[in-house]
Amino acid sequence: MKRSFLPALAFLAALAAPAFADDPGPGGERPPVPKGGHQIYVFYCQACHMADGKGAAGAAVFPSLASNPRMGTAVYAINLIEKGRGGMPWFSDQLTPAQVAELVNYLRTNMGNNYPEPVTAEQVLPFSKPPLRER
Amino acid sequence: MERQTPTRRQLLNAIGLIGGTSAVYAMMTTFGHAEETRFPGPPKLDGARKGASVIVLGAGLAGMLAAYELEKAGYKVTILEYQGRAGGRNWSLHGGDTYTELGGATQKVTFAKGNYLNPGPWRIPYHHRTLLHYCKAFGVELEPFIQFNHNGFVHNIDAFGGKPQRFKALAADFEGNVAELLSKSINQKTLDTQLTPEDLERLKEALRNWGMLDGDMRYTKNLRSSSHRGYDLAPGGGVPAAPRPSDLFPLDDVLKSGVWNQMALYMNDEMQTTMFQPKGGMDMIGKGFAKQVGHLVTYNAKVTKLMQDKSGVAVTYTDMKKGVTATANADFCVCTIPLTVLSQIQTNLPDKKQRAIRAVPYSNSVKIGLEMRRRFWEEDAHIYGGHSFTSQEISQISYPNSNFFGDGPAVLLGAYSSGPAAYRLAGMTPEERIEAALAQGSVFHPESYRKEFVSGASVAWSRVPWVMGCCARWNEDTRREHYQELVAVEDRTVLAGEHASYVGCWMEGSLLSSLDAITRLHQRALEA
Repeated sequence: MKRSFLPALAFLAALAAPAFADDPGPGGERPPVPKGGHQIYVFYCQACHMADGKGAAGAAVFPSLASNPRMGTAVYAINLIEKGRGGMPWFSDQLTPAQVAELVNYLRTNMGNNYPEPVTAEQVLPFSKPPLRER
Repeated sequence: MERQTPTRRQLLNAIGLIGGTSAVYAMMTTFGHAEETRFPGPPKLDGARKGASVIVLGAGLAGMLAAYELEKAGYKVTILEYQGRAGGRNWSLHGGDTYTELGGATQKVTFAKGNYLNPGPWRIPYHHRTLLHYCKAFGVELEPFIQFNHNGFVHNIDAFGGKPQRFKALAADFEGNVAELLSKSINQKTLDTQLTPEDLERLKEALRNWGMLDGDMRYTKNLRSSSHRGYDLAPGGGVPAAPRPSDLFPLDDVLKSGVWNQMALYMNDEMQTTMFQPKGGMDMIGKGFAKQVGHLVTYNAKVTKLMQDKSGVAVTYTDMKKGVTATANADFCVCTIPLTVLSQIQTNLPDKKQRAIRAVPYSNSVKIGLEMRRRFWEEDAHIYGGHSFTSQEISQISYPNSNFFGDGPAVLLGAYSSGPAAYRLAGMTPEERIEAALAQGSVFHPESYRKEFVSGASVAWSRVPWVMGCCARWNEDTRREHYQELVAVEDRTVLAGEHASYVGCWMEGSLLSSLDAITRLHQRALEA
C-alpha cells in the first residue's frame, strides 16, 4: 500500500476534532487506498448508494445515482461530493481533487449514465475547501 | 481564644461577598464543588395547563425522556416511533435477533444466551450525570466498562515490521525517551531563561521519576524501566525469584507506532476512567425508559408531514403494519427525528429552520461483533477488557467487560471504525465485513482468532434504515450559522436529540438537549 496523503489528513482531523463524540479515536488511519473511479465508488459511495447505484429507502431516501439526468451536469456532482448536502457529508477532507474527478467520470459513464466528457482535477479544485474544524 | 476554622461553605460565601460569583466559581472549581456536567437535576415543570397535549416524535432516549418529564408535569403525551421497538440508537443485538439493513441484507444473530453486540453507544463517562441519574431512577444496573487497559495492544502497519506491541511498553518507552531528551535540554541550559534553578531541579526530579530514568538521567534497560514497560522475567518467589529486565524498543519504531495517539485518547475528558456500561447490554437503558413511557408509544409509525399553526400541531404518519395513513393532533411537538430523516419530511417550519435542518450531515461508523468459543484474550494474552488499536480499517478491537474468567463463548468487538475505513466496511456485505474483521483482527491473536470464531454480526450505521447515518457532524461554520436556529422553539415545535447538543454522539447529549427543549417548550406553553 502506498503512503498517500490520507494519513496526513487523518492527522489533521485528529488535531481539529479532540473527540467531541464517542468515536473510535486513533486507529484505522491506514485503510486501503482506492485505485480508479470504480474502486473509489466501492470504497466510499456504495455504503449509502448501494453497489448498483440505485440508492435505498428507509425512514428517508438515499437518492439513486443510476440513470440520473443530473449527472449530465458535472459541476452538480462535484459540488455535492465536495460540500455534501442534507445528511450526506462533505468528502473534501477524504478525497483528493484527482480522486473526485475520477469518481465523477466514473459516475457519468456508468450505471446507465452516458456523459463521456471527462472532468479534471483542476476543475474540481475550485470546489474544495480546507478541512472544517468539527466541534 | 480558640478560633473556629471556617467551613468551606462559609469561606465560599465570604469570597462571594468580596469577589462576586465568578470568584466563588473559581474557588468552587478549586475545591472540586463545581461539576463538569450541565445537568441541573430533573426539570421542575410547574403549572401545566390542564389538558394541554404534546406529541413526541421518536422513542429514542431524547423522546422518551421528554415524554416522561412532560407526562409527570401534567401534559397529555403521545409518542410516534418509526421502529417496532423503543430506544433508538440505544440498541443491542442479542442471540435470536434479526436485523435487516438498507439494501436488504438480513443477519440472524446466533450469539449464545447473555452475549450481545452494542452497535451504538457502549460506554458511559462518569460525568454524564443526566444519564447516570435516570439509570438509577429507572433501575438500570451499571457495571464498570474497562476503558484503559495497559496490557492491550497497539498495532501500526508502519512500525515493528507490523507486529503489535503492548500499550504499556510503548507508552513507557515514549515517556522514558521524552524524559531523557528533556533532561538533556536542561543540562544544555536551554530552559534556564524560563525556569528558576529550583524549578529546574524539581523538573529533573520529575523527569527521573516519571520517565524512570537512571542515576545518569538516561532511559536504559533496567528494572526501573521494566517496572513501567513490563519485565522479560517477572518478579517471582523463592529461589528463582529475581526479575530480569526487558529490552527497550528502538525509539524510531516507538515514534512510528503513534502510541501518543492512544495516550492522548485516554486523557480526553470523555474517555477518562471511570466508565460504565449497563449489565446485559446497552439496550437495558432504552428498556428502562420504555418501562416508564412505553404505554404512550405508537410503533411502526412513519412520519410524513409535520404542520403547525395557531391552533396546534398536526402530524401525518403511516402505520406501516396496517398500511394506513393517519393524522395526530396536539398542542405542542417535541421532534427528535434525526436530521438525516427530518430533512426529507414535509414541514411548514420557516425557511431558516429548514435550512438548519438540512445543514448538518451525519457521520458513519461500523461495529462488528465476533463470538469466540473461549476467552483466549484473557487465557492466553492476559487482557481483561479494554482495547487494542490498529491502523487497519477495523481500527480497534475491544474485549468484553463482564463475566471475566468465564467458560463458554464470549463476544468481542471486532471492529469500531469511522471515516474512510467505515465507508468501505459499510459498503461490504455482512459476510465480507466478518471476513475483513477476522483477517485484520488476527494480527493481535494469530493462533486463536479464526480457530475460535463461532459467528458474527455487524452494523453499518449508514445502512441502518431508521437513522441512515450515525451522528450529527457539526463544524465551526454550521454551529455559528445554524445551531441556535436549530434548537430554538418555533411556535409550537422544538427539536431535541444529540444533534441539538454540544455533546454530540453521546446519550448524555440527547438527554441534556431533551431537558433544555422541554423546559423552553413548557415556558412557551405557559405563555400561550
